Amino acid sequence: MPSPRYWREVPSRLRLEAARCSSCGKVNYPPRPICPGCRGEKSEPTTLSKTAKIITSTVIHIAPDDFLFEAPYAIAIVETPEGARFMSQVVDCDPSSIGPGTDVSLEFRLIRKEARSGILCYGFKAVPTASWEG
Amino acid sequence: MAGIVGYGAFIPRKRITAEEIARQWGKDPETIRKGLLLKEKSVPGIDEDTITISVEAGGDAITRAGIDPLKIGAVYIGSESHPYAVKPSGTVLIDALGIGPDVHVADFEFACKAGSEAMFVSLGLVESGRVEYAMGIGADTSQGAPDDALEFSASAGGAAFIFGKENLLADVLETYSFTSDTPDFWRREGEFYPRHGGRFTGEPAYFKHVLSATRAILDKTGLKPSDFRYAVFHMPNGKFPQQAGKKLGFTQKQMETGWIVPTMGNTYSGSSPTGLAAILDVAEPDDLILMTSFGSGAGSDSFVFKATELLPKRQPLGRTVRSMLDGPKHYVTYGQYAKLRDKIIVNE
Ligand SMILES: [Zn+2]
Repeated sequence: MPSPRYWREVPSRLRLEAARCSSCGKVNYPPRPICPGCRGEKSEPTTLSKTAKIITSTVIHIAPDDFLFEAPYAIAIVETPEGARFMSQVVDCDPSSIGPGTDVSLEFRLIRKEARSGILCYGFKAVPTASWEG
Repeated sequence: MAGIVGYGAFIPRKRITAEEIARQWGKDPETIRKGLLLKEKSVPGIDEDTITISVEAGGDAITRAGIDPLKIGAVYIGSESHPYAVKPSGTVLIDALGIGPDVHVADFEFACKAGSEAMFVSLGLVESGRVEYAMGIGADTSQGAPDDALEFSASAGGAAFIFGKENLLADVLETYSFTSDTPDFWRREGEFYPRHGGRFTGEPAYFKHVLSATRAILDKTGLKPSDFRYAVFHMPNGKFPQQAGKKLGFTQKQMETGWIVPTMGNTYSGSSPTGLAAILDVAEPDDLILMTSFGSGAGSDSFVFKATELLPKRQPLGRTVRSMLDGPKHYVTYGQYAKLRDKIIVNE
């Protein structure tokens, strides 16, 4: 992820800022100028909840170089209560223990490092909510 | 009167036991458990650092304060493991928590007392009226060199405190700082691991500064150890804070709640601040709380807090330190630990 693109995405990546379409109500994340649901061009800013449910997930065993030390790890498409869906790594769990329907919390994490000397990219990752219950 | 209007803490879920580290180096785990009073310590995930810990703790602090983050006029993060050598950790945090851009930000450094330093400056700015609210954070993901005594203690975690003048959860009744040039522990620019003076870290360093700052704040306030419900001292290991507390006249009962080091480890800048957060999680109105930090180099900051009527109402709004220490944990082997802590070299 080159630095300028990361910088442009700060509001959605670091603050979960989304847009609610003024005509059909669909929450688009990240915000888009034209609603993919109804082609509407007007929207209100909104912020996603830091909770979500896993829609579908898979386990990565052969990881790209940047994630070498993390394999095997789970990635999932998650849906927030607002209806926004996005892809997220699922951490602090046994990757085989999660699946569709698992409740997750969104936690602030380091997403990736641009090699040894590049910038650090932050954002949210999913953690099974059961990881919080003592 | 100024004081704490919101607080939060965060401790990663990964742990390594003293046994596991001792086995790796052929040491006797009993010596560590009984000598240093350390059972296990928190380990940051590969995706956790001072910034992520600060954001999680700071988020809970804002929730407990119930304030608009845009009203926070200053943010200071104290750490000796800032992820960037050049680019303040606070810059990421203020954007993540919706505080910026109209805010003063700086990163602090003073070995293990950088967190209390951030709290001290935040308090001063609020008292002076320069800013309405200020956030001081102590967080670290510190490292000990392999096979060094520090490897049993250096852990990850932190706590955030928002200071303000209204709707206080805890009043700050007094502060006191005590500092001298004492080379007990240091890390030169560009070095990966810190170095320390072995036994020298005890008497002339930790004890001299912790005892002097605490005695001075007791003197300044006219309070006696028995006036306090809780006390927390910087926790480089399990033993030092207990010895310091006893010398000062504090009881085990007063120290128990904040003494979280046996299962958390030493979170450096986050150590006594996280102990304070654990105390605020359970304190009741009018309880007096003493906190004394220690940073090598060396110095101590002492604070006297008094819990307010509002505190119990705000306690449940965030994660408690106990829930994170006793909650679901993920134990790692030494091999996994070495991988997580960048002790293994790979090609780019
Ligand atoms: Zn639409």
